[in-house]
Amino acid sequence: MWNYTEAVHDHFLRPHNVGPLEGANAIGEVGSLACGDALKLYLKISEQGIIEDATFETFGCASAIASSSVLTDMIKGMHVEDALKISNKDIANSLGGLPKQKMHCSVMGQEALEAAIRQWKGEPPVPHAHEEGKLVCKCFGVTDAQIIRAIRENGLKTVEEVTNYTKAGGACGECLDEIGEILAAELKQTSFVELKPKQRLTNVQRMQLVLKTIEEEIRPLLAADGGDIELVDVDGLRVVVSLRGRCAQCRSSDVTIRDLVQRLLREHVEPDIVVEEA
Amino acid sequence: MKTIYLDNNATTAVAPEVRDAIVPYLSDLYGNPSSMHTFGGQVGDAVEAARENLANLLGASPDEILFTSCGSESDNAAIWSAVQTQPEKRHLITTRVEHPAVLNVIQHWERHGYRVTYLGVDNKGRLDMDEYAQALSEDTALVSIMFANNEVGNIYPIQRMSEMAHEKGILFHTDAVQTVGKTPIDLSHLPVDMLSLSGHKLHAPKGIGALYIRKGVRFRPFLRGGHQERGRRAGTENVPYIIGMGVAAQLALDHMQEERVQVALLRDKLEAGILERIPDSMVNGDIENRLPNTSNISFKNVEGEAILLMLDRLGICASSGSACTSGSLEPSHVLRAMGVPFNYAHGSVRLSLSRYTTDEDVDFVIEHFPQVIETLRAISPFKD
Repeated sequence: MWNYTEAVHDHFLRPHNVGPLEGANAIGEVGSLACGDALKLYLKISEQGIIEDATFETFGCASAIASSSVLTDMIKGMHVEDALKISNKDIANSLGGLPKQKMHCSVMGQEALEAAIRQWKGEPPVPHAHEEGKLVCKCFGVTDAQIIRAIRENGLKTVEEVTNYTKAGGACGECLDEIGEILAAELKQTSFVELKPKQRLTNVQRMQLVLKTIEEEIRPLLAADGGDIELVDVDGLRVVVSLRGRCAQCRSSDVTIRDLVQRLLREHVEPDIVVEEA
Repeated sequence: MKTIYLDNNATTAVAPEVRDAIVPYLSDLYGNPSSMHTFGGQVGDAVEAARENLANLLGASPDEILFTSCGSESDNAAIWSAVQTQPEKRHLITTRVEHPAVLNVIQHWERHGYRVTYLGVDNKGRLDMDEYAQALSEDTALVSIMFANNEVGNIYPIQRMSEMAHEKGILFHTDAVQTVGKTPIDLSHLPVDMLSLSGHKLHAPKGIGALYIRKGVRFRPFLRGGHQERGRRAGTENVPYIIGMGVAAQLALDHMQEERVQVALLRDKLEAGILERIPDSMVNGDIENRLPNTSNISFKNVEGEAILLMLDRLGICASSGSACTSGSLEPSHVLRAMGVPFNYAHGSVRLSLSRYTTDEDVDFVIEHFPQVIETLRAISPFKD
C-alpha cells in the first residue's frame, strides 16, 4: 500500500469542491480513460481575473483525487496570473508530499489549471496536443514539450523520474531511449554517461589511459611530497604499482595507494579498477 | 473494526493447527534434520512425514517432492533445470498471463537467445489449443503453463496440454501455486513433469514452497551446496515451515471437497450481490472454469486503487489489477491480454475467499460495496 500522508487521505476520502460548476466560464480537461486518470477542472473567473469558484471531477487513484481537491482549495480567490504560477510541486507540497511514482497526479492538476485559464483567455490549448510538440510516448500521449517542462520545473535527473512525473515510458517502454536523449540534452550532456553503461575498455586502451593518468594526474601530486610511482603491470582491472622516493618508505603508503592512486585511476580510467602495490 | 479478508490469492491466514504444529520446532525440537544423532533424527523424521503429507495431497511419491523457499523459487528451479539439462533445445512455450515468477524467468532466457512462444488468451482468458498445438516443436525445451490464473482464477487444461507436450517429448511444468489446496490434483494421472506450489497460499506460513519433480525427469540443482534434499537443493531445511506445510497439506486433503463447495457458494453469492447492486460491472475470466474462491470484477469508469482504499476504510481487504496499485502505469498484464476495455480494466478488483470467509463477511461486503463505487463515480468525469 502506498505511504500516503494524512492530507492525501483526507482529501481523497472527503474531497472538496466536487462536481460540475454552474456558471463555470473556464474548463480544463487532461488525461483520458486509457491513461488511467483524467481531470476536468471547472473555474468561475470574474472579469477582473479572480477565480471566484473552482470544482473538479476526477477519474483516478487517491493521489489524483487528492491533488484535484487541494488544487481547487488553493486557487479559489486567486488572480489567474498568480494561479498560473502554481507548479505541480506546490500541489504536492500542499498534500504533504506524494509518493514519487504518483507525482504525475500533481502534474495533471497543474496542466488542467493551465488549460482552463488558457481557455478563459481565449488562447489555444496548452501544448499537450501532438501538433504542438513531438509525440514521444505513444501509450500515454506525452510530448517532448511536456517532458522538457517536467525536467526543468522539477529538476529531474533520471529517466525513471521523468516517468514518475509525466507517465512517459511507463507502459511499453519503447520511448525510454528517446526520453533519455531529451533528458541528456536538457542536462547538457553530450553522451549517455548516466543513462547507459560505459563502454568497456580494451586492454590496450586501459593501459594507455592508466599510463596517461599516472603521468599527468598522480605523479605530480606524489612529486610534491618527494615521492614517485612506477607502473609494474596491468592485468585486466588489476593495476600493480610500486611507490618510489619518499612514498616508498612512507607508513601511510596503503592510504596513498587506496585514497589517491586507486581513486584517481577509478575516476579517470574505469570505476572498478583495483590497485595493488608490488 | 472487523477485518474482512478477501485477498486470499495474495496470502492466506496460517491455520491454527499449522501454527500449533510449528511451535515445538521453534523451541525444543531444534535439531538439524541432517544430523546423525537421535535429536536431529527425530526432526528429520518429521520433515519426511511432512513430505509424505504433501505427496499425498498431490497424488505423488514423497521422493518426488523437493522443498523450496517459495513458489517463485520452485518456478525458477524448474525452468533453470529444463534449460540446463537440454542445451540442444532452444525454444520455450508459456502464456501471456503467467505470474511474473514464470514470465520474468522466461524473458530472461529470451534475452539469452531462446525463442519463446507466448500463448495469447481470448476475452475470457482462455487459451487457444490450436495455437498451442502449432507451437510445440522438436526444439521446445519446456512448456510452462500455470494451472490456474492468480488474477481471474481460470483453470487451464493442464491434463490435455501436458499430454500433448509429452507426445512430442517435451517437458511440461505447471505453476500450481494458486491451485494446490483449492482443487484436487492427482499427479498419478496428470502427466506433468514439474509442478510448483507455495505454502502460504494454503494456510501455511510465507517462505516455504515445494517443487514436484516426476521420477525419471532429469534435474539440475538451482541452489548448490550440501546434500540436503537428495542433492537437489542445498541449504538446511526450513524445518518449522516444512512441518507447517505438511499439516496444511493434511488439512487440505481432509477438507478440500466440502470447503471448495462452501467457498464457491459464498463466492457466487458475493459476486451476484455485487453485480446485482452495482450497474456497469462485469466479471472477468472464464466463469464456467475457474477456482472456487476467486472473483475478478471490473467497475466501469472508476479506478481500482481508489476502490481498494475506500474498501480498506471499511476493513475490507481486496486487491486490484489497476495500474496505480502496483506502481506500474498500465493495468494488469492479464486483463490486458484478455482485452478487457480500458474503462473497465482500470477499475478491476479481485476478491478471493478462503475456508475462513463467513456468510456475514459476504453480507457486509455486498451491503457496503455499492456505496464505494457510487462515491467514486460521483467524482468521475466519465459518469455520464
